[in-house]
Amino acid sequence: MFENLSEKLQRVFKNLRGEGKLTAENMEAALREIRMALLEADVHFKVVKQLIADIREKAMGEEVLTALSPSQQVVKIVRDELIKTLGSHQSRLRFASEPPSVMLIVGLQGSGKTTSTGKLARWLSRNGHSPMMVSVDVYRPAARKQLSVIGRDVNLPVYEGSAEEKSPLQLALGARKEAVQTGRDVVLVDTAGRLHIDDQLMTELTELKTAFSPVELLFVADAMTGQDAVKSAEEFHRRLGITGVILTKMDGDARGGAALSVRTVTGQPLKFVGVGEKFDALEPFHPDRMASRILGMGDVLSLIEKVEETIDRKQAERMQEKLLDNDFTLEDFRDQLRQLRKIGPLDSILKLMPEIGPLKGMKDVDVDENEITRVVAIIDSMTPKERRNHMIINGSRRRRIARGSGVTVQQVNQLLKQYTQARKMMKNLTGGFMGKKLAKKMGKFGLPSFPGGLS
Amino acid sequence: MIQTLFGSVEQEPNLFERLKSGIEKTRQGFLDRLEDVFSGEKRIDADLLEELEYALITADIGVTTSGEILELIREKTDRSELDNPQELKRLIREHLVEVLEASDSPLPRVSEPPAVVLVVGVNGTGKTTTIGKLAARYKRDGRAVLLCAADTFRAAAIEQLEVWGQRTGTEVVRQKSGADPSAVLFDAIQAAKARRADYVIVDTAGRLHTKSNLMAELEKMRRTAARLVAGAPHEVLLVMDATTGQNGLEQARKFTESSGVTGIVLTKLDGTAKGGVVIAIARDLNLPIRYVGVGESIDDLLPFDAPSFVASLFEE
Repeated sequence: MFENLSEKLQRVFKNLRGEGKLTAENMEAALREIRMALLEADVHFKVVKQLIADIREKAMGEEVLTALSPSQQVVKIVRDELIKTLGSHQSRLRFASEPPSVMLIVGLQGSGKTTSTGKLARWLSRNGHSPMMVSVDVYRPAARKQLSVIGRDVNLPVYEGSAEEKSPLQLALGARKEAVQTGRDVVLVDTAGRLHIDDQLMTELTELKTAFSPVELLFVADAMTGQDAVKSAEEFHRRLGITGVILTKMDGDARGGAALSVRTVTGQPLKFVGVGEKFDALEPFHPDRMASRILGMGDVLSLIEKVEETIDRKQAERMQEKLLDNDFTLEDFRDQLRQLRKIGPLDSILKLMPEIGPLKGMKDVDVDENEITRVVAIIDSMTPKERRNHMIINGSRRRRIARGSGVTVQQVNQLLKQYTQARKMMKNLTGGFMGKKLAKKMGKFGLPSFPGGLS
Repeated sequence: MIQTLFGSVEQEPNLFERLKSGIEKTRQGFLDRLEDVFSGEKRIDADLLEELEYALITADIGVTTSGEILELIREKTDRSELDNPQELKRLIREHLVEVLEASDSPLPRVSEPPAVVLVVGVNGTGKTTTIGKLAARYKRDGRAVLLCAADTFRAAAIEQLEVWGQRTGTEVVRQKSGADPSAVLFDAIQAAKARRADYVIVDTAGRLHTKSNLMAELEKMRRTAARLVAGAPHEVLLVMDATTGQNGLEQARKFTESSGVTGIVLTKLDGTAKGGVVIAIARDLNLPIRYVGVGESIDDLLPFDAPSFVASLFEE
């Protein structure tokens, strides 16, 4: 949809080749493009203004490095500036010296507080803590029930409260007491969503804060928020003194410029990002990746990390050997597809790709997840012998496989054709010039060559 | 004049008045400057144009639409057709109202009840709350309403809808959590036919528009509705949060592709957010804004009125 900033800048600088320095004149057009890109990404107007001023100052008179084109140089300056603003390093959670550590989760309605509370509890328990959750949202219908259900899903305790405990403060106090008795070291308090201009509810939060002196007061912000992010974050921070931010709904396609706005007006670090509906879809915040995303430049690092986390290294190495020996069977092919599946929905993987060169447009490729399921089903319907040697699959075997997997014979044929083509391609790669090296690279993360899966 | 699916007409309090009187808003420095802009003291110059741009962009109208408006003004001032700021204010308002009203389309007539209203949107925009308010509104018009709990995904979503059912005295058709949304819809429409209900309002799970499998689920629900009632779903409302930024346009585009959105409900206008992205949506996708949500109580859902909405963009 949007044009990538580096492409825009390339166009701007096309006529300026051979310049030795970035000058006031050749920068103005570039700065206009940068400004547009940041505003399109929902960075707040005033924040953009400040950033542009900083970038102008940085860029002016800077030598154009021979290694980089002027456009690359400017992109680098912009990116560095964004990273600096977002916080140059990852920020960790703080814990009380005397447990339990109380953490308040606050934010506007619908930003994703309850889901984030569940995700954070799961994250904490994976990282050696034993959290307890409590919902003090006594306003929204079924809000407390929602957290109970989540507690069951992530298999972590939720303090339900007694009949007498009706106010948020009573509920939270009860939860802390329970946590002390049951040896839980973190209490996550999920609060009711509220508007920052609602005095009564903001006072309620102040009371909670005073009663508990929480080690973390986390503000949950929606990545799709527009210019208003500044006002709500500013007001929450002014009244409560937030200590960190969780940015949710990052699995959508919003650029997330709100992250810059929130960070600028509160000065507090972004700590986590929510990247999916499942409870393990919470990741530590990485300023460099966010900067790339705001500029529409993809997030290759996250992709690589995701792949590394999911792929079984030994299996990947075995696969690599097989590729080199041209011994890649349908069985291996199926394993690869399954591994790929584990990384996450394919369209979210493609979202992380930069929009450069041959990968341009990949974001808009419509991936049919069912296609992979279908391919796996077809291979599952083969006998082990057939999977190891596709040459024996004749007409009648094809008909049987089609019946077994609920597809047409044409679909079985298509799969076999794609498989033989992929094999042939591998053979050419491994056999030819620079073959081994390239094959090693491809095999490194065990990535299959996407045969059939993409349409 | 206000339309409903059955063509009834009623009188509403002015949205602008409600927004102004009902909510105490935090005043900010720049607004006072905007007052100056519009009070007729200033000349049209570069400073004034920048302040205007600020007002437009911070209302989430978007850099492209704002740019077009500013261009329009520059042209007019260059040709000396425009010289006082009062005129300028009128011009911008007229332009925006025109864009919004151009997308207005009459509601489809319902030949055989029930009218099926599908309510869709991304997570956390206020779909369930909007449905509660919508049910109350239809009931005030003397219509028989049935609610369909087709958000079988989010924890406790069904219970949340049931609370709204109790509040409005409306029956809720539900199944177990995790059930197929289309199956719940099927039940609800059958029940509505049996009870001769006028409306079935369908709650769906919040979903990000980028998840193609979840969007396909909405297509299936459309097909289910169409099989049971001719012309259904009669209305597909995309619920959008006023805090949504430029991504709102992409949301509207994707939801329209998969579920055939017929109108927007803009919620949470009682905060400081302006919801200006609906202007780009009205212009690019020709989608009308049907209702606005301005508070948490049951009658805080008002029919959209372009002139008062545009006025509120500049008011604080």
